[in-house]
Amino acid sequence: MSAWVTVLAACALAYLLKLAGYLVPAHWLSGPRISRVTALLPVALLTGLVVVQTFATPDHGLTLDARAAGVGVAVVALILRAPFIVVVVLAAGTAALLRHFGWG
Amino acid sequence: MDAGAELERDPAPRTEPPDRSAMRAVTRQALSVGIATSAYAISFGAVSVAAGLTVWQTVVMSALLFTGGSQFALVGVLGAGGSGVAAVATSTLLGVRNGLYALQVSRILQVRGLRRLLAAQLTIDESTAVAIGQTDPQAMRRGFWLTGVIVYAGWNLSTLAGALLGNAIGDPKVYGFDAAAAAAFCALLWPRLRSLEAGATAALAALLTVVLVPLAPPGVPVLVAALAAVVVGLFDRRRRGDESSVGDETGVGDGEEPA
Repeated sequence: MSAWVTVLAACALAYLLKLAGYLVPAHWLSGPRISRVTALLPVALLTGLVVVQTFATPDHGLTLDARAAGVGVAVVALILRAPFIVVVVLAAGTAALLRHFGWG
Repeated sequence: MDAGAELERDPAPRTEPPDRSAMRAVTRQALSVGIATSAYAISFGAVSVAAGLTVWQTVVMSALLFTGGSQFALVGVLGAGGSGVAAVATSTLLGVRNGLYALQVSRILQVRGLRRLLAAQLTIDESTAVAIGQTDPQAMRRGFWLTGVIVYAGWNLSTLAGALLGNAIGDPKVYGFDAAAAAAFCALLWPRLRSLEAGATAALAALLTVVLVPLAPPGVPVLVAALAAVVVGLFDRRRRGDESSVGDETGVGDGEEPA
Protein backbone atom coordinates (compact mmCIF):
# COMPACT_ATOMS: atom_id res chain seq x y z
CA MET A 1 0.00 0.00 0.00
CA SER A 2 1.50 3.32 -1.01
CA ALA A 3 2.33 5.94 1.58
CA TRP A 4 -0.46 8.17 0.24
CA VAL A 5 -3.08 5.45 0.68
CA THR A 6 -1.81 4.85 4.21
CA VAL A 7 -1.91 8.54 5.08
CA LEU A 8 -5.37 9.16 3.63
CA ALA A 9 -6.87 6.00 5.13
CA ALA A 10 -5.58 7.01 8.57
CA CYS A 11 -6.98 10.53 8.09
CA ALA A 12 -10.41 9.25 7.05
CA LEU A 13 -10.65 6.81 9.96
CA ALA A 14 -9.46 9.41 12.48
CA TYR A 15 -12.13 11.85 11.30
CA LEU A 16 -14.88 9.22 11.34
CA LEU A 17 -13.99 8.36 14.94
CA LYS A 18 -14.21 12.02 15.94
CA LEU A 19 -17.51 12.47 14.12
CA ALA A 20 -18.94 9.27 15.58
CA GLY A 21 -18.75 10.80 19.04
CA TYR A 22 -21.12 13.56 17.89
CA LEU A 23 -23.56 11.10 16.36
CA VAL A 24 -23.92 8.21 18.82
CA PRO A 25 -25.96 8.44 22.00
CA ALA A 26 -23.59 9.15 24.91
CA HIS A 27 -24.73 6.19 27.00
CA TRP A 28 -23.47 3.63 24.48
CA LEU A 29 -19.90 3.80 25.69
CA SER A 30 -20.47 4.76 29.28
CA GLY A 31 -20.08 1.39 30.96
CA PRO A 32 -17.29 1.47 33.55
CA ARG A 33 -15.45 -1.46 31.97
CA ILE A 34 -15.59 -0.08 28.44
CA SER A 35 -14.50 3.34 29.60
CA ARG A 36 -11.63 1.83 31.57
CA VAL A 37 -10.40 -0.05 28.51
CA THR A 38 -10.68 2.98 26.25
CA ALA A 39 -8.92 5.21 28.78
CA LEU A 40 -6.08 2.70 29.07
CA LEU A 41 -5.74 2.15 25.33
CA PRO A 42 -3.47 5.16 24.73
CA VAL A 43 -1.26 4.06 27.65
CA ALA A 44 -0.78 0.58 26.15
CA LEU A 45 -0.17 1.85 22.61
CA LEU A 46 2.19 4.63 23.61
CA THR A 47 4.19 2.24 25.79
CA GLY A 48 4.49 -0.17 22.88
CA LEU A 49 5.62 2.67 20.64
CA VAL A 50 8.21 3.87 23.17
CA VAL A 51 9.67 0.36 23.43
CA VAL A 52 9.83 -0.16 19.65
CA GLN A 53 11.15 3.30 18.92
CA THR A 54 13.82 3.04 21.64
CA PHE A 55 15.07 -0.55 21.47
CA ALA A 56 14.03 -2.22 18.20
CA THR A 57 16.38 -2.61 15.24
CA PRO A 58 15.28 -3.01 11.60
CA ASP A 59 16.29 -6.70 11.66
CA HIS A 60 13.88 -7.63 14.49
CA GLY A 61 16.48 -7.29 17.21
CA LEU A 62 16.57 -5.35 20.44
CA THR A 63 19.51 -3.12 21.26
CA LEU A 64 20.77 -0.46 23.65
CA ASP A 65 22.12 2.49 21.67
CA ALA A 66 22.09 6.28 21.59
CA ARG A 67 18.28 6.27 21.38
CA ALA A 68 18.01 4.61 24.80
CA ALA A 69 20.37 7.21 26.27
CA GLY A 70 18.24 9.96 24.71
CA VAL A 71 15.05 8.50 26.16
CA GLY A 72 16.75 8.14 29.54
CA VAL A 73 17.51 11.84 29.53
CA ALA A 74 13.93 12.53 28.37
CA VAL A 75 12.55 10.61 31.36
CA VAL A 76 14.71 12.65 33.73
CA ALA A 77 13.44 15.83 32.05
CA LEU A 78 9.85 14.63 32.44
CA ILE A 79 10.41 13.92 36.14
CA LEU A 80 11.70 17.50 36.42
CA ARG A 81 8.49 18.67 34.67
CA ALA A 82 10.21 20.06 31.60
CA PRO A 83 7.88 21.12 28.78
CA PHE A 84 7.31 18.79 25.83
CA ILE A 85 9.57 20.56 23.38
CA VAL A 86 12.46 20.65 25.89
CA VAL A 87 12.09 16.92 26.52
CA VAL A 88 12.21 16.16 22.80
CA VAL A 89 15.17 18.46 22.11
CA LEU A 90 17.18 17.07 25.04
CA ALA A 91 16.62 13.51 23.79
CA ALA A 92 17.67 14.39 20.26
CA GLY A 93 20.68 16.34 21.52
CA THR A 94 21.84 13.47 23.74
CA ALA A 95 21.63 10.93 20.92
CA ALA A 96 23.28 13.29 18.44
CA LEU A 97 26.12 14.04 20.84
CA LEU A 98 26.78 10.36 21.63
CA ARG A 99 26.82 9.51 17.92
CA HIS A 100 29.12 12.40 17.24
CA PHE A 101 31.59 10.79 19.64
CA GLY A 102 31.11 7.45 17.95
CA TRP A 103 28.77 5.57 20.26
CA GLY A 104 25.41 4.03 19.27
CA MET B 1 -41.82 21.12 31.83
CA ASP B 2 -39.99 17.87 31.26
CA ALA B 3 -36.98 18.24 33.53
CA GLY B 4 -35.47 14.94 32.40
CA ALA B 5 -35.41 15.96 28.74
CA GLU B 6 -34.01 19.34 29.66
CA LEU B 7 -31.15 17.70 31.56
CA GLU B 8 -30.54 15.35 28.67
CA ARG B 9 -30.22 18.26 26.28
CA ASP B 10 -28.11 20.53 28.44
CA PRO B 11 -26.08 18.79 31.13
CA ALA B 12 -23.81 21.78 31.68
CA PRO B 13 -24.29 23.44 35.02
CA ARG B 14 -26.70 26.37 34.98
CA THR B 15 -24.91 29.51 36.03
CA GLU B 16 -25.38 33.25 35.87
CA PRO B 17 -24.52 35.11 32.67
CA PRO B 18 -20.86 34.52 31.77
CA ASP B 19 -18.53 36.38 34.00
CA ARG B 20 -15.80 38.41 32.41
CA SER B 21 -12.88 37.01 34.39
CA ALA B 22 -13.88 33.43 33.53
CA MET B 23 -13.88 34.38 29.83
CA ARG B 24 -10.49 36.08 30.11
CA ALA B 25 -9.09 33.07 31.96
CA VAL B 26 -10.24 30.64 29.29
CA THR B 27 -8.79 32.83 26.55
CA ARG B 28 -5.41 32.83 28.30
CA GLN B 29 -5.54 29.05 28.74
CA ALA B 30 -6.43 28.50 25.09
CA LEU B 31 -3.52 30.68 23.99
CA SER B 32 -0.90 29.04 26.19
CA VAL B 33 -2.06 25.51 25.41
CA GLY B 34 -2.24 26.38 21.71
CA ILE B 35 1.25 27.81 21.53
CA ALA B 36 2.87 25.03 23.59
CA THR B 37 1.18 22.34 21.50
CA SER B 38 2.06 23.96 18.20
CA ALA B 39 5.73 23.99 19.14
CA TYR B 40 5.93 20.25 19.10
CA ALA B 41 4.49 19.94 15.64
CA ILE B 42 7.95 21.11 14.55
CA SER B 43 9.32 17.81 15.84
CA PHE B 44 6.48 15.96 14.11
CA GLY B 45 7.33 17.56 10.78
CA ALA B 46 11.00 16.70 11.15
CA VAL B 47 10.36 13.14 12.38
CA SER B 48 7.89 12.49 9.56
CA VAL B 49 10.25 13.38 6.72
CA ALA B 50 13.00 11.49 8.55
CA ALA B 51 10.73 8.42 8.46
CA GLY B 52 10.57 8.69 4.66
CA LEU B 53 7.32 10.58 4.10
CA THR B 54 7.28 13.55 1.75
CA VAL B 55 6.72 17.13 2.86
CA TRP B 56 3.27 17.04 1.23
CA GLN B 57 2.27 13.83 2.97
CA THR B 58 3.47 15.32 6.25
CA VAL B 59 1.49 18.53 5.76
CA VAL B 60 -1.67 16.66 4.69
CA MET B 61 -1.42 14.50 7.79
CA SER B 62 -1.42 17.49 10.10
CA ALA B 63 -4.30 19.12 8.20
CA LEU B 64 -6.54 16.04 8.01
CA LEU B 65 -5.45 13.59 10.70
CA PHE B 66 -4.88 16.39 13.21
CA THR B 67 -4.26 14.30 16.30
CA GLY B 68 -0.66 14.21 17.50
CA GLY B 69 -0.46 10.70 18.96
CA SER B 70 -1.87 9.11 15.81
CA GLN B 71 0.39 11.16 13.56
CA PHE B 72 3.55 10.22 15.47
CA ALA B 73 2.37 6.59 15.56
CA LEU B 74 1.76 6.45 11.82
CA VAL B 75 5.22 7.76 10.93
CA GLY B 76 6.79 5.71 13.74
CA VAL B 77 5.42 2.41 12.42
CA LEU B 78 6.23 3.30 8.78
CA GLY B 79 9.70 4.52 9.75
CA ALA B 80 10.40 1.22 11.53
CA GLY B 81 9.52 -0.64 8.32
CA GLY B 82 6.00 -1.62 9.37
CA SER B 83 3.23 -2.21 6.82
CA GLY B 84 0.67 0.43 5.88
CA VAL B 85 -2.05 -1.69 7.45
CA ALA B 86 -0.22 -1.87 10.78
CA ALA B 87 0.46 1.88 10.63
CA VAL B 88 -3.21 2.72 9.95
CA ALA B 89 -4.42 0.30 12.64
CA THR B 90 -2.10 1.78 15.28
CA SER B 91 -2.99 5.33 14.32
CA THR B 92 -6.71 4.53 14.41
CA LEU B 93 -6.59 2.79 17.78
CA LEU B 94 -4.85 5.84 19.21
CA GLY B 95 -7.63 7.99 17.74
CA VAL B 96 -10.38 6.12 19.59
CA ARG B 97 -10.08 8.53 22.51
CA ASN B 98 -11.05 11.46 20.27
CA GLY B 99 -14.39 9.74 19.70
CA LEU B 100 -14.86 9.60 23.46
CA TYR B 101 -13.92 13.25 23.82
CA ALA B 102 -16.48 14.02 21.13
CA LEU B 103 -19.18 12.27 23.17
CA GLN B 104 -18.59 14.74 25.97
CA VAL B 105 -17.91 17.84 23.92
CA SER B 106 -21.02 17.34 21.78
CA ARG B 107 -23.14 17.81 24.90
CA ILE B 108 -21.38 21.08 25.66
CA LEU B 109 -21.40 22.51 22.15
CA GLN B 110 -24.87 21.48 20.92
CA VAL B 111 -23.83 21.99 17.31
CA ARG B 112 -25.56 20.92 14.10
CA GLY B 113 -24.74 20.77 10.40
CA LEU B 114 -21.52 22.32 9.14
CA ARG B 115 -20.44 23.49 12.59
CA ARG B 116 -20.69 19.93 13.81
CA LEU B 117 -18.42 18.69 10.99
CA LEU B 118 -15.95 21.41 11.91
CA ALA B 119 -16.17 20.70 15.65
CA ALA B 120 -15.45 17.02 14.98
CA GLN B 121 -12.15 17.85 13.29
CA LEU B 122 -11.11 20.09 16.19
CA THR B 123 -11.96 17.47 18.84
CA ILE B 124 -8.54 16.57 20.28
CA ASP B 125 -6.83 16.27 23.68
CA GLU B 126 -6.18 19.99 24.08
CA SER B 127 -9.52 21.47 22.99
CA THR B 128 -11.39 18.93 25.12
CA ALA B 129 -9.18 19.50 28.14
CA VAL B 130 -9.61 23.27 28.07
CA ALA B 131 -13.37 22.98 27.48
CA ILE B 132 -14.08 20.59 30.32
CA GLY B 133 -11.74 22.50 32.61
CA GLN B 134 -14.27 25.39 32.74
CA THR B 135 -17.38 25.63 34.84
CA ASP B 136 -19.30 28.27 32.90
CA PRO B 137 -21.04 26.79 29.80
CA GLN B 138 -20.15 29.76 27.64
CA ALA B 139 -16.53 29.61 28.79
CA MET B 140 -16.55 25.88 27.96
CA ARG B 141 -17.65 26.60 24.41
CA ARG B 142 -15.12 29.38 23.98
CA GLY B 143 -12.42 27.11 25.41
CA PHE B 144 -13.19 24.41 22.88
CA TRP B 145 -13.38 26.60 19.78
CA LEU B 146 -10.53 28.94 20.64
CA THR B 147 -8.13 26.17 21.65
CA GLY B 148 -9.12 24.08 18.63
CA VAL B 149 -8.62 26.91 16.14
CA ILE B 150 -5.32 28.13 17.66
CA VAL B 151 -3.88 24.61 17.84
CA TYR B 152 -5.07 23.87 14.29
CA ALA B 153 -3.39 26.95 12.84
CA GLY B 154 -0.19 26.59 14.86
CA TRP B 155 0.05 22.83 14.42
CA ASN B 156 -0.13 23.07 10.64
CA LEU B 157 2.31 25.96 10.31
CA SER B 158 4.82 24.29 12.65
CA THR B 159 4.49 20.99 10.80
CA LEU B 160 5.43 22.67 7.53
CA ALA B 161 8.39 24.39 9.18
CA GLY B 162 9.59 21.12 10.76
CA ALA B 163 9.18 19.16 7.52
CA LEU B 164 11.14 21.72 5.49
CA LEU B 165 13.80 21.89 8.18
CA GLY B 166 14.01 18.10 8.43
CA ASN B 167 14.23 17.78 4.65
CA ALA B 168 17.08 20.25 4.44
CA ILE B 169 19.51 18.58 6.81
CA GLY B 170 20.23 15.08 5.50
CA ASP B 171 20.63 11.98 7.72
CA PRO B 172 18.20 12.45 10.61
CA LYS B 173 20.07 10.07 12.91
CA VAL B 174 23.01 12.48 13.07
CA TYR B 175 20.67 14.94 14.78
CA GLY B 176 19.07 12.29 16.98
CA PHE B 177 15.62 12.58 15.38
CA ASP B 178 14.96 8.89 16.02
CA ALA B 179 15.52 9.51 19.73
CA ALA B 180 13.32 12.60 19.45
CA ALA B 181 10.43 10.44 18.22
CA ALA B 182 10.87 8.01 21.11
CA ALA B 183 11.03 10.90 23.56
CA ALA B 184 7.88 12.41 22.04
CA PHE B 185 5.97 9.17 22.71
CA CYS B 186 7.40 9.15 26.22
CA ALA B 187 6.19 12.70 26.84
CA LEU B 188 2.72 11.85 25.50
CA LEU B 189 2.62 8.78 27.75
CA TRP B 190 3.97 10.41 30.92
CA PRO B 191 0.91 12.37 32.12
CA ARG B 192 -1.26 9.28 31.65
CA LEU B 193 0.73 7.17 34.11
CA ARG B 194 -0.89 8.48 37.28
CA SER B 195 -3.01 5.50 38.33
CA LEU B 196 -2.10 1.96 39.33
CA GLU B 197 -4.09 0.61 36.37
CA ALA B 198 -2.13 2.81 33.98
CA GLY B 199 1.17 1.62 35.46
CA ALA B 200 0.11 -2.02 35.21
CA THR B 201 -1.06 -1.48 31.63
CA ALA B 202 2.24 0.12 30.65
CA ALA B 203 4.26 -2.68 32.27
CA LEU B 204 2.25 -5.37 30.50
CA ALA B 205 2.36 -3.51 27.18
CA ALA B 206 6.14 -3.12 27.45
CA LEU B 207 6.55 -6.83 28.18
CA LEU B 208 4.33 -7.85 25.24
CA THR B 209 6.24 -5.55 22.90
CA VAL B 210 9.69 -6.76 23.97
CA VAL B 211 8.63 -10.39 23.56
CA LEU B 212 7.05 -9.78 20.15
CA VAL B 213 9.65 -7.56 18.45
CA PRO B 214 11.89 -10.53 17.51
CA LEU B 215 8.90 -12.70 16.51
CA ALA B 216 6.38 -10.53 14.65
CA PRO B 217 6.54 -8.19 11.63
CA PRO B 218 7.18 -4.47 12.45
CA GLY B 219 4.04 -2.70 13.61
CA VAL B 220 2.40 -5.83 14.97
CA PRO B 221 4.02 -5.76 18.46
CA VAL B 222 2.47 -2.34 19.16
CA LEU B 223 -0.97 -3.54 18.11
CA VAL B 224 -0.72 -6.60 20.36
CA ALA B 225 0.43 -4.31 23.17
CA ALA B 226 -3.04 -2.71 22.97
CA LEU B 227 -4.35 -5.94 24.50
CA ALA B 228 -2.75 -4.81 27.77
CA ALA B 229 -5.47 -2.16 28.02
CA VAL B 230 -8.17 -4.77 27.50
CA VAL B 231 -6.66 -7.17 30.04
CA VAL B 232 -6.16 -4.55 32.75
CA GLY B 233 -9.40 -2.68 31.95
CA LEU B 234 -11.57 -5.79 32.14
CA PHE B 235 -9.77 -7.17 35.16
CA ASP B 236 -12.27 -5.78 37.57
CA ARG B 237 -10.47 -5.75 40.90
CA ARG B 238 -12.89 -5.91 43.84
CA ARG B 239 -15.38 -3.52 42.18
CA ARG B 240 -13.73 -0.33 43.39
CA GLY B 241 -15.91 2.64 44.08
CA ASP B 242 -13.15 4.78 42.64
CA GLU B 243 -13.54 4.74 38.88
CA SER B 244 -12.16 8.19 38.49
CA SER B 245 -8.47 7.26 38.53
CA VAL B 246 -8.46 6.43 34.85
CA GLY B 247 -11.97 7.45 33.89
CA ASP B 248 -11.59 11.14 34.56
CA GLU B 249 -9.56 11.69 31.45
CA THR B 250 -12.51 10.79 29.29
CA GLY B 251 -15.00 11.64 31.98
CA VAL B 252 -17.21 8.76 30.94
CA GLY B 253 -16.30 6.55 33.86
CA ASP B 254 -19.40 7.30 35.89
CA GLY B 255 -22.01 5.50 33.84
CA GLU B 256 -24.03 2.39 34.61
CA GLU B 257 -22.69 -1.11 34.24
CA PRO B 258 -23.95 -2.34 30.87
CA ALA B 259 -26.57 -5.09 31.12
